[in-house]
Amino acid sequence: MTTNDTNTRKSIRQKHILDLDGLNQSDIQLIFENTDSMMEVLNRGIRKVPALRGKTIITLFYESSTRTRVSFEQAGKILSADVINVSSDSSSSKKGESLYNTALTLQAMKADAIVIRHQHSGAGYFLAQQMNSTSIINAGDGMHAHPTQSLLDLYTIKKHLGTISSKKVVIVGDLLYSRVARSNLWGLTTMGANIVLCGPNTLLPQDFLDSRLREANHPFRRIQIEENIDNALEGADVVMTLRLQSERQKAGHLPSLREYSRRFGITSKRLKIANPNAIIMHPGPMNEGVEIESDVAHGPQSVIESQVTTGVAIRMAILYDLITGNHSEKEL
Amino acid sequence: MPTAPFKSVQRVCQGSERFALPVWVARLLNASCRSGQRFFFGKSTSISYPSSALKNMSEKKIQTDVQMKRALTRISHEILERNSGAKDLILVGMHSRGVPLAFRIRGLISSYEGQTVDVGSLDIGLYRDDLSVKPQAAMKPTDISVDISGRIVVIVDDVLYTGRSIRAAMDAINDLGRPSQIQLAVLIDRGHRELPIRADFVGKNVPTSREEDVEVKLVEIDGLDEVVISSPIT
Repeated sequence: MTTNDTNTRKSIRQKHILDLDGLNQSDIQLIFENTDSMMEVLNRGIRKVPALRGKTIITLFYESSTRTRVSFEQAGKILSADVINVSSDSSSSKKGESLYNTALTLQAMKADAIVIRHQHSGAGYFLAQQMNSTSIINAGDGMHAHPTQSLLDLYTIKKHLGTISSKKVVIVGDLLYSRVARSNLWGLTTMGANIVLCGPNTLLPQDFLDSRLREANHPFRRIQIEENIDNALEGADVVMTLRLQSERQKAGHLPSLREYSRRFGITSKRLKIANPNAIIMHPGPMNEGVEIESDVAHGPQSVIESQVTTGVAIRMAILYDLITGNHSEKEL
Repeated sequence: MPTAPFKSVQRVCQGSERFALPVWVARLLNASCRSGQRFFFGKSTSISYPSSALKNMSEKKIQTDVQMKRALTRISHEILERNSGAKDLILVGMHSRGVPLAFRIRGLISSYEGQTVDVGSLDIGLYRDDLSVKPQAAMKPTDISVDISGRIVVIVDDVLYTGRSIRAAMDAINDLGRPSQIQLAVLIDRGHRELPIRADFVGKNVPTSREEDVEVKLVEIDGLDEVVISSPIT
């Protein structure tokens, strides 16, 4: 009767977080509202609340990670959940157990949520199809998606610029292999940002040059592609640099790191082309001196460290929502 | 097709969200809802019923704006009397409707004592004991910017019912510091406690049954001040 919209919306409409393409604006707003509350908890002297007491979260990492795994673990622990870390080299997958069997085992142990990072795209989707009671959170699958990183990027932009809608966001670098960039395209499009992609031709996914993307009702129709970094940066509100994934550069996409750095590296000189109050973001880990100059990475316009703090709060909000939420439509 | 007389009836129906309906009209509305046909209004489907009528509930106003103001005035004086003044006080309103009530009590206290009392807001979403039973509500940020250690915290809420929210609020407050005392002020106490909790300052005691709904409306949120009790029609 008197409750407003945000009060009647109890939780997002999904049981799993696999990518951002299934979340609409009000889902993302709801996560942001809960993140505000979680930020307040993070700023307390005693960072512990009993919301997920007696719940179990398992992190299942088949790829290396520092900040994502630690921030999920910290998020779970602040909410009083029991967090168990499994990494591929110390688990039964070494003995040849399949992902399917590992997941069923973990579900049988009554895990409430499984956080998975895997080198193959779609691993999270596969798991989600097998689960009846456990929520799956994708913490990076191959070159496909990394939704929690994207949500924290969106939240960081909103906190620093007030709004995301109609801001010019330039994503620079290795777009071919970046799951962060892919998830951000969905999130930023949903929130109404103007997106410009910039990178060497060999590191642009070929689908972006496909004319079907330009069709009238395609969600990505307004995304621009620019090969000259100086043109791309003009009037930018947000500069999102991506890590050049050197472990994936064997295929010979680039003549040399030095050339890449000269043509696409973000330097303080180049940054002057962007809006004076533009913010610099990087999902980490950084190759300082390659895609971003050290002075820029640690300069006044950089929000890279605040991204990390926000990461914990966003993951708290997501764990809280998935584990306590009433997800009536239990589907993907 | 709505006709002219129908329109005027519709206006009465919408108005009844705010003004108590004559009993016979309410009965008629309910009878027509129950039977599934609106004999009164013909076949048009664009009628908006008062929400209480749709749920087979009758509404009764139990506190007017003037009565609410008097109750808050008395509560403010009682808080000052109990604590010998406003020193060390901090008022903590519980989201949603406890927050404007806390600000009103602060306004009243400063008009008597000439000194401003700290006010904070508290969301108990993370401390509820029914998180796995009931769907959660969207959280609002807790905002208590001062150190509460050694102070007298007065929790302010609109309705005291089972006492479970207050239990959660006390846990939340203890996580923020160690107050010298925690006291509780509520506008309405409707009984049915499930925990050993009692309010220190009560605006009005209202005997209710569990089937009834008590709803506090405040100008800051709902556009008017009143307390309404809705009961199922048997």
